[in-house]
Amino acid sequence: MQKFNKLKSIPAYLPIVNIDTDMIIPKQFLKTIKRTGLGKNLFFEMRYNDQGKEINDFVLNQNPYNESKILIAGKNFGCGSSREHAPWALLDFGITCVISSSYADIFYSNCFKNGILPIIIEEEIIKELSEYANRREEISVDLNEEKIVYGNNEIKFKIDAFKKKCLLEGLDDIALSLKKSEKIESFENDLKNTKPWIFND
Amino acid sequence: MSTTLYDKIWNDHLVDQQEDGTALLFVDRHLVHEVTSPQAFEGLRNSNRKVRHPNLTLAVADHNVPTTDRTKGISDQDSKIQVDTLEDNCKEFGVQLFGMDDKRQGIVHIIGPEQGFTQPGTVIVCGDSHTATHGAFGSLAFGIGTSEVEHVLATQTLVQKKAKNFIINVNGQLPLGVTSKDVILQIIGKIGTAGGTGSVIEYAGDLIRSLSVEQRMTICNMTIEGGARAGLIEPDEKIFNYLKGKPMSPKGDSWEKALNYWNSLKTDTDASFDQELNLNAGEILPMITWGTSPQDVITIDEKIPNPESEKDEDKKNSIERALKYMGLKPDMAATDIKIDKVFIGSCTNGRIEDLREAAKILKDKKISSNVNAMVVPGSGLVKEQAEQEGLDKIFLNSGFEWREPGCSMCLAMNADKLKPEERCASTSNRNFEGRQGRGGRTHLVSPGMAAAAAISGNLDDVRKYQN
Repeated sequence: MQKFNKLKSIPAYLPIVNIDTDMIIPKQFLKTIKRTGLGKNLFFEMRYNDQGKEINDFVLNQNPYNESKILIAGKNFGCGSSREHAPWALLDFGITCVISSSYADIFYSNCFKNGILPIIIEEEIIKELSEYANRREEISVDLNEEKIVYGNNEIKFKIDAFKKKCLLEGLDDIALSLKKSEKIESFENDLKNTKPWIFND
Repeated sequence: MSTTLYDKIWNDHLVDQQEDGTALLFVDRHLVHEVTSPQAFEGLRNSNRKVRHPNLTLAVADHNVPTTDRTKGISDQDSKIQVDTLEDNCKEFGVQLFGMDDKRQGIVHIIGPEQGFTQPGTVIVCGDSHTATHGAFGSLAFGIGTSEVEHVLATQTLVQKKAKNFIINVNGQLPLGVTSKDVILQIIGKIGTAGGTGSVIEYAGDLIRSLSVEQRMTICNMTIEGGARAGLIEPDEKIFNYLKGKPMSPKGDSWEKALNYWNSLKTDTDASFDQELNLNAGEILPMITWGTSPQDVITIDEKIPNPESEKDEDKKNSIERALKYMGLKPDMAATDIKIDKVFIGSCTNGRIEDLREAAKILKDKKISSNVNAMVVPGSGLVKEQAEQEGLDKIFLNSGFEWREPGCSMCLAMNADKLKPEERCASTSNRNFEGRQGRGGRTHLVSPGMAAAAAISGNLDDVRKYQN
């Protein structure tokens, strides 16, 4: 997994609440058996018209937002389906940081498995940050310091210590868990005695 | 210390817990489907890892399968590749698969319970948000992403942090024509699509206890639409009777031991919850969604909301956006909404009781000539049962199409989809923009309400058609 440390970018602002994962990446693109190549279909239905042409009004079709690495959006971002294609599509487009006042649980957790930092921050600050997007000014994110710097201001955000460590170091969850193999084995042995039906024995 | 049902299942599955509360949770049952698993199997292959417990894993293709004649296979190449990939992966890693021509094939959340793979007190996961369905059995069941699918395949565990406890009590009796679908739509309307974020919801109260196993599944299924990853209900005799004799249920001595454990799965009477909601079942009416979020609900007697009467700017914008997408005018009556299609099926309402409920309304009636309607049974076994009861004849005689099992038009990954601006009364779970096809307009309803809409040609009150 790609490490996440610091990031500087002109953010793109999508002032919509409850952006669901069907919006982020519609189902016709879930038929892939790969993790890559989804960026061109990110926000497909808002981004392209019926003829497949880019809709100029849509923020990610506009310069410089088509190169934004940071997306600011309304609350409850990523609700709906568990599809990891949503963070895959963001990542493939080049977005590695999302800023919102809240996220759906599964999407939030999926971000961390893909080197994307989802920042939770109050709505007032979202409004302030959106001004930077509108003025096409860069903001920067520092994960280690847990802060966003914009203009002469900075704001702290909170993040789970373990998730932070995994992002900073680009750690592979599975390898970490497999280090606990002995504990898993011992749990399984107990389970065979206490709940034999679980293993269909 | 007093604990909730969720606390108990959580504690019973802790393999390891770090100081910061990050836990490694044992997973008893892993369901796998074709859309969210290819990259997980590929990950295993690339790192030379095996599936740790193939016998705790069950796979089925459901999202991409055609619901029409299957003898010629799948014509869409991408869908075919995904279904074939699942088959190859299951063969390579030794995972049991219900193939497309197996009569046990069906929607992953319908076949789990049907086979007795779903059991009380277990942790059940699947790369699918509607895994919450299985909570009806008193299990901790939730959707995970593909990276987590790979993690579970490799380790039979999952890295998790404990969620908060949220209890929703529903007491009293439902009025005639009102179902568990209306109950959950009403709940989502009240708490909103983010109301349950960070929580596990336990449903309790005498109404919940009075519901059948399948009705409970409908409620737990849509818990995710209220933002909570998992919803669960204390298991009872109805659950135990349902599971007894199912192919994958415990047998003989094991059954007795399991039953003993299952009987202990109760929230302590003095356990405390972080959040609580109380509802009176008697006040719930047949519900519909009018907008593009499952929280956009009104009763069939109500009018479409007017954005002008909304003070909150975000909400006002969101109503305007939804009305525009849905092609609806503020203040119009729900029953004035004409429909083009009806879809009965999905993991929310594709079980035998759902089909019976719709068939009861459709018996000896014809659907409107303006409506194109289809029933997609949730599994091959549901289809077989319905045909034994003659329900297929009732549907066909009324003008419905009778299809093969799968997810179908709930998310329109196969050939079943809405055209732009087509309007559908659907028993599925999501009315998001484009969910049932680009530009398609979805109104979520119960199976009885879907049948009523099919007959009337507009959204209508199922109580009109109750005998």
